[in-house]
Amino acid sequence: MAEIKMAAQVIDVHKDYVLKGGITVRALRGVSIDFPEGDFVAIMGTSGSGKSTLLNLLGCLDRCSSGKYILAGQDVSQLSDDELSEIRCRYLGFIFQSYNLIAQLTVVENIELPLYYQGNTSKEAKEHCLALAEMVGLKERLDHRPFQLSGGQQQRVAIARALVNNPRVILADEPTGNLDSATGEEIMQLLEALNAAGKTIIMVTHEPDIAARAHRTLRMRDGKLEQHTPTGALA
Amino acid sequence: MWQILSVGLKSLLLHKLRSALAILGILIGVTAVIWLVAMGEGVSYQAQQQIKDLGANNIIIRSTKPPAEALRGGGFIIAYGLLRADFERIVTNVPTLSQAVPMREITREARYLDNVTDVRLVGCTSKYLEMNNLRLARGRFISDKDLESAENVCIIGADTARILFPYQDPIGQFLQVEDAFYVVVGQTESKTPSAGIGGSMSAQDFNLDVYIPLATLRARIGDMVVTSRAGSREGEQVELSQITVTVRDLEQVDETADIIRALLGRFHPVQDYAIVVPKELLQQAQVLQMMFNLLLVLIAGIALLVGGIGIMNIMLATVTERTREIGIRRALGAKQRDIVSQFLSETIVLSATGGLLGVFIGFLCRPAIVGTRSLVGSLFPDVISSLPPNIQQLEPRLAWWSIIAAFLISVGVGVLFGLYPAQRAARMDPIEALRHE
Ligand SMILES: Nc1ncnc2c1ncn2[C@@H]1O[C@H](COP(=O)(O)OP(=O)(O)OP(=O)(O)O)[C@@H](O)[C@H]1O
Ligand SMILES: [Mg+2]
Repeated sequence: MAEIKMAAQVIDVHKDYVLKGGITVRALRGVSIDFPEGDFVAIMGTSGSGKSTLLNLLGCLDRCSSGKYILAGQDVSQLSDDELSEIRCRYLGFIFQSYNLIAQLTVVENIELPLYYQGNTSKEAKEHCLALAEMVGLKERLDHRPFQLSGGQQQRVAIARALVNNPRVILADEPTGNLDSATGEEIMQLLEALNAAGKTIIMVTHEPDIAARAHRTLRMRDGKLEQHTPTGALA
Repeated sequence: MWQILSVGLKSLLLHKLRSALAILGILIGVTAVIWLVAMGEGVSYQAQQQIKDLGANNIIIRSTKPPAEALRGGGFIIAYGLLRADFERIVTNVPTLSQAVPMREITREARYLDNVTDVRLVGCTSKYLEMNNLRLARGRFISDKDLESAENVCIIGADTARILFPYQDPIGQFLQVEDAFYVVVGQTESKTPSAGIGGSMSAQDFNLDVYIPLATLRARIGDMVVTSRAGSREGEQVELSQITVTVRDLEQVDETADIIRALLGRFHPVQDYAIVVPKELLQQAQVLQMMFNLLLVLIAGIALLVGGIGIMNIMLATVTERTREIGIRRALGAKQRDIVSQFLSETIVLSATGGLLGVFIGFLCRPAIVGTRSLVGSLFPDVISSLPPNIQQLEPRLAWWSIIAAFLISVGVGVLFGLYPAQRAARMDPIEALRHE
């Protein structure tokens, strides 16, 4: 059997939040999981079960209290703030529930933003942005501002932006949470197409229909993974 | 770099009013620096110019009327002031002089046909012209021969000529003072009156003068001036109004002044003269200017500090307002220093814009002051004429150092006061920033 290449690996990760009163909230209590390249995972679970916490760790926005996180072959669990920024810049793409576009930038400028932090201002990079805008169907709207777009269109811009640095892993926290089911469906088709093209996608969702579109579903409860649909679903 | 600036500019344009207010703070500071320094330089330049006009090598000794209780002798004639003997004593006893010029001045009525005016009648020697930086418009000045034989000749000032000889060349005409007639042999060019410079030098106006040889004045008019006032007659006897000596070497001016002081002190029990040393005044003026500049720097510093606090205030508000944006940028790979440079560039754009506008308005100093003065002058002429002449004639002088310093300091203030808000933005936790509403 050919060795499966891992996009990301989480090994016995804990995350504690120490509150002001000295109370410790144990948001993750030992999570271990592998994400092979090309995986498409949905994470479900009750509110407060630690889904967002896990996704933030996967997104290198935060560091775990203990455990290991291996991304693109290197342990990133103890890197400095600058190094984590660098990792986000190179290997990760984010899609948020509330789109999180920058209001004063136009559609293209929003898409270009990660490239700016990569220091990549080449002409090819610009063309790549335009190609992505076309792919998500916003070629006619390049100079519009986010507030001039519908929610679905904004989420498409966010997807184009998440793709522009050609990331290893795309992290999506309830990407369809603010959208009606038809628009959500469009977004899911887009994500499926990306996955088919080889992108690893990790997605948090509350909706079983949405979760069903992924290859497998992880369930969380009280900071732990509850149920593990085997990776075998990956054809 | 350019991209950072353009992003900064864009977000500033988003809050036009707020940015404008921040800019205004810096602008006022920078303008204040430039204007205040320009006015200070103007005043001190004027003072120094006037002192230089008096001649840095000169020492001026003037007769002053002592307080009534200290007067010599009794009766209705009071005698005071410099004596011809003083002049001789100075000339023979002070070795460091290159020249000494005695002078006697009185106010008299001068007449030509039906034209009459009060003039300053000055009895002097041939050197008086050069020493006061006067120039002849026509004719000649008093010659040594005029002095020797006490000729009845006179040289008139520009205003005197205008009033007494409005439509004709005054040369060769006869000018009448009291019952004597003087042939006009020359006329001086008009000279801007100088303002008083403190000490015992009052303002000097040479335009309404009539110059005659000192010996002639003594022979025709004498030392006595009798005035009738309220029925009683009062007489003053003054031999010389002023002695101006020129010291050969600038280094010896102070020393020479001391010698003269001692010399005169021995013969004058009452202080009925004053010694003005332009060089000392010049030094005082320079010290004064330095102190003045220091004060200005302080005021300017406060103005810019206030501007800086304004900028800091606005940037803190901006940072809070844009917390979400900061979170997004951090998630997309911005390092802390990227965030710092983003917000810092905004404050620099703000403060540099304020600085540039301030410099621009700084250049308008002169027209603004001249305009205000003429406006106030036309509305309330009394207000202007009641001001001291050195304010009436104030010409602001832009100082290059103040413009460059003001601009650099404004940018520096931007960096200094922008650093804290920018740091605060950069240190935010990306997750919390993203969750911010
Ligand atoms: N910054 C924080 N400080 C303290 N506690 C936190 C912090 N962030 C998360 N928690 C706690 O960690 C636990 C997990 O939170 P998390 O946001 O991961 O839940 P979630 O599964 O994403 O919930 P939801 O479905 O509502 O989004 C919760 O009990 C929460 O209160
Ligand atoms: Mg959540």
